[in-house]
Order: sequence, then C-alpha cells, then structure tokens
Amino acid sequence: AVVSTQVREAVVSTQSTGYANVRPAKSVPGVITPYSAEGVDCVIMRENTEGEYSGIEHTVVPGVVQSVKLITREASRNVAEYAFQYAKDHGRKNIVALHKANIMKMSDGMFLEQCREVAAKYPEISYREMYLDSACLKIVSDPSKFDVMVMPNLYGDIFSDLTAGLIGGLGLAPSGNMGKDGIAIYEAVHGTADDLVEQNKGNPTALLMSALMMLRHMGLKTHADKIEGAVLETLKERKFVTGDIGGTATNPEYAAEICRKIKG
Amino acid sequence: MLRHITKPALSVGRAAVSTAAAPRTKYGGKTTVTLIPGDGVGPELAESVTTIFKEMAVPVEFEMIDLNREQLKDEGAFDYAIKSLKRNGVGLKGVINRSADFRHHNVEFRGNLDVYANVVRCMSFEGIKTHHTGIDLIAIRENTEGEYSCLEHESVPGVVESLKIITREKSMRIAKFAFDYAREHNRKKVTCIHKANIMKQSDGLFKACCKEVSEDYPMIKYEEQIVDNTCQQLVINPQQFDVMVMPNLYGNLVSNLAAGLVGGAGVVPSKSYGENIAVFEPGARHTWMEMKGMYVANPSAMVLSGAFMLKHLQLHEAGDVLIKAVKRVINRGEVRSRDLGGSCTTREMTRAFLAELDAIHSE
Repeated sequence: AVVSTQVREAVVSTQSTGYANVRPAKSVPGVITPYSAEGVDCVIMRENTEGEYSGIEHTVVPGVVQSVKLITREASRNVAEYAFQYAKDHGRKNIVALHKANIMKMSDGMFLEQCREVAAKYPEISYREMYLDSACLKIVSDPSKFDVMVMPNLYGDIFSDLTAGLIGGLGLAPSGNMGKDGIAIYEAVHGTADDLVEQNKGNPTALLMSALMMLRHMGLKTHADKIEGAVLETLKERKFVTGDIGGTATNPEYAAEICRKIKG
Repeated sequence: MLRHITKPALSVGRAAVSTAAAPRTKYGGKTTVTLIPGDGVGPELAESVTTIFKEMAVPVEFEMIDLNREQLKDEGAFDYAIKSLKRNGVGLKGVINRSADFRHHNVEFRGNLDVYANVVRCMSFEGIKTHHTGIDLIAIRENTEGEYSCLEHESVPGVVESLKIITREKSMRIAKFAFDYAREHNRKKVTCIHKANIMKQSDGLFKACCKEVSEDYPMIKYEEQIVDNTCQQLVINPQQFDVMVMPNLYGNLVSNLAAGLVGGAGVVPSKSYGENIAVFEPGARHTWMEMKGMYVANPSAMVLSGAFMLKHLQLHEAGDVLIKAVKRVINRGEVRSRDLGGSCTTREMTRAFLAELDAIHSE
C-alpha cells in the first residue's frame, strides 16, 4: 500500500526505529471464509527494518543483479524480545519462528539464534521453529494450530497477507509498527482503493481495528473492548456492512450502527 | 501379473518441453534411472515405487543411491549421485536432509545438474476434504538461482549479508519454459509472481523478462502479481490461477501453499527439468524425519512422481494407468493414510494401489 510504505519508512527513519510490525489475524463473526469453522486467531511479528527490504541492490554486470538481504543480531533480537513480551502480556502460549535456515544458514540462522536466546528467558511460553514453506503448507490445512509467529521482514510481509486472506482479506486486517522509546504507529495494510474515492464505500474496519490496537497500547483497554464488541456485533448481524464483505451500507452507515451499539 | 501394460507407447515427440530426446541408458531393453530415496520417510516412499514397478514389470532398472546423513559424510557419495544422474538423464528422488557441514545438497543437485525448472501441478482431489475445490494450477519455479544462491557472509560480527542473484539469462529461460509449457498443455494464462515494488532491480529484471517473453505468445494471457497478494488470493480464490512462473523462494512458498490447498505433501508430485535431464520428486519437499521408519507417510506423491517419470520415458500406458489407480484410491477415500484423516500405513496404501491396478486390468 502506498500509504503504509511511506508511513513505515517515516517510522524507520526516525531515531526511534519501528522495529516490529504486529499483524493479528482473527476470524470475524459474520465474515464467513472457508476457514471460519476452525477459526483463525494468530499474530504475526514481523521484523520491520531490514532483511530483504534493505533496498541494497546492484547490477554486477549487465544482466546480473545482486540483491542483498541483511540480517543483524540487533534487529533480530529486538523483534524476538518484542514478540515474547507481547505473548506474555496478552496471554499467548506459543511462539513459532518461521525461517529458511536450511537454505539461508547464516542469515536466518542468526535470526533463529536470537529467538532461541530470548525464548530461554520465557520458559512459560512454548517455543519452536518451522520452515516457512512447511508453515504455508500447514496453515492452509489447519490455521487453528498457529498462535504467535515471529519472522524476518519478507516472510512477515508475505505470511501476514496469507493470514489476512484466511479471515477475509486485507479490508479486515489491522497492524501496528512498534518503535523504541514507546513510539507506535497503527495502520491498515490494504491499498488506497483509488476506485472507491469519495463514494463512502470503503470498509473502515481495518483502520478501526488498528485504532483499537492503539487504544490497548495506551492502556485504554475498556474503551477498546467496548468498541470492538460493537464492531463485531455489527459485522455478525450483517445488516449494515459494506460492499466488500457482501453488504450494501455506506461507510458512514456502518459507523453509525457501531455508535448505536456502543451507546446501547 | 500386470505385464500387459508394459509395452512402450509408440508415440514419439512427446518429451517434456525443454528436454530434447536425450540418449537414455538402456541395457537389455530396460531404461536405467537413478533412484535417490533420500532421508526421513524417503526410503519408505521409494519402497512403494519399487514394489509397484516390479509388480507392473515396467522396463525400468533403478540405480539406487542411498544418500542419508551417514553417507553424505563421504564427499564421493554425493559426487557419484550427480554422475549417475548425468549418465542416466532421469531420476526419481526424495529429499536429502542437509549434512552437518555447510553443503546444501539439495540445492547443489539442482545447480550442478542445472535442473532449472520445477513444475508442480496442484489439482483438487474429489475424495479429499479441503477448504477449496476446483483448483488446477501449475506452479513453475526457477530452481537454480535467486535466494538459493547460498552466498552469505558475516561482513562484520553480528551483521550477515545474504545475496539473492537474478540473471537475465535464467529469467528468460524459465519464462520461455513456462510459456512453452502452457502452450503444450493448452493452458490459457501465465501469471508472473514477483516483489518488484520492493526488490526493484532483481525482481524487476525477472518481471521484465517474463513480459518480454509473453510477447511471443499472444494466444496466452499474461499477468503480473505481487507475491504477498498471491498468497492472499490463493486462500480466498485459488481457482483464478492457471500457470504461475516465479523465482526460487516464491516458488517454494507458493508450491507448498498450493499443495496444502489440495491435500498436502503426501499427494502432490512434481517434475523438474534441465536441458538433458528430468528429475521427479514429491512437490512439497519434506523429509518428515520424526516419522522415519514408521511407515505412516503417504506414498501417493512419490508414486505419482514415478508415474510421471514413466510418461517421460514414453511409457505412457503404464504411467497413465498408474495415475488412474492412485487417483481412484484417493478419491474413493476408503484407504487413507494419516495425512488424509485415516490410519493406513504406507504399505497398506501401496497394496491398495496394486489392487486398483488389478481391478483396472480386469475392466
């Protein structure tokens, strides 16, 4: 998405680097997908500053391009620490690190090494490792087996779009970029939907859910829970939902219904 | 006895797209192919194939090369396997678990032999309960460069650089392979999967090559799609995909994802091609080390790979009847291994295939 790349770059370029991208994917009542029955409730922790997104590429000789994937001990450590602390704070029990260290032994190997070191500090959280391709194979068979997952940048990008697809698409998927010194930026990860501009047809759920993540981060859990309850109930009833999920309501009508439910 | 189906088909010129009819090692009327069972459950799956081929009396001789962790400590063993494949030109393979040292044996196989095109067709089975139906896509993956170049170094302590290499030569080659394959198999659309919005030069080059080649195939629709969107689309609407062409890592992820959509690693075969070589192996390459020796793995993928190998050797009758037998057993759903929700062993699945072959013979 155009907006989110700029936002991410802005966060990264500040001193307080946005080092962990948090993308929860939870099945939404009222939005039926082939995976609604077993239910999806997982969170992806994606390293947000390096890896394949270092932007370091060069043409060695005409027709041969080299693209550099950078993995550092520090960045790997940061996202691992965040992942385990998040799991502890949110009562999540399992973390799996996704990687391709069988092929990228040094880079993904270093990432895993940091995950293992941090895991040792959280004995109450079960930690294991899985090849990224195995994870792709398994999650589409049974997503209910996945809880918190931590991984480098590119894998996180790809895999979180996959998990968003499991729950009904990017229109429903929130995310947060966590920086040092407490900086946090929350954003929807879908595109700008230029074809829907000024028609009030856009689905604000992803941005709304991102805002709720922000409220929780700020310690306003009660407010977040109340709003979330209203959102989920509105989606479940399907009377005032937007076109992308099969309804006919406009964006303001959807929001109004949520407000009605909050006022109760 | 199932001897009647061993007569080689007389049709010629049906070799896979990029392999010319290379001379095959033949001795006494039988073709010799290399068989590398690999590690983990590999040997059990290979046993399934050798049992069936023996019963069918196909004119194929296996040159069996064991490459488990112990053997790999001897460098000569691996080099011998490469020589064997070069000599025979055709191989059936399991996954080699990486040895303790830093050699990437599976990657080296493909690099050394230049087996550059990995083709995984994922087709829904009626008899397997999955989240989606009606899938029939072909994932074509460039298998010799990209992220699997295995060029890594620690430039300063705590900072590792891993190089992804994309070349015009190999990108053009895989693109041409994909379009030729699509044309040969009457497929309508080729989608290039990439991440050129981020990796502008490397994936940008790959994408540009695909576009360039597409212009020579006006009858085939050409599209481009960003890989993260592809993964999302695969779980929302996988039926939209036809042929997909992509660099190494995305190929790995997409073929595994798609295999998961149609029933898993136990049922999806694959074919890999180089200029003068073809290697057949399960589409999702996993050793399943923890189940080694327990005979719980589903041999379907390996047996189907063997059947496709027979077709490659122009033994179409034998190949086709074996594919038919395996599909019937899977679709009937009575004999099911663990991955398909049952509890049958590898050998019970094999016996079911053989019984089905007998039944087809009596029809």
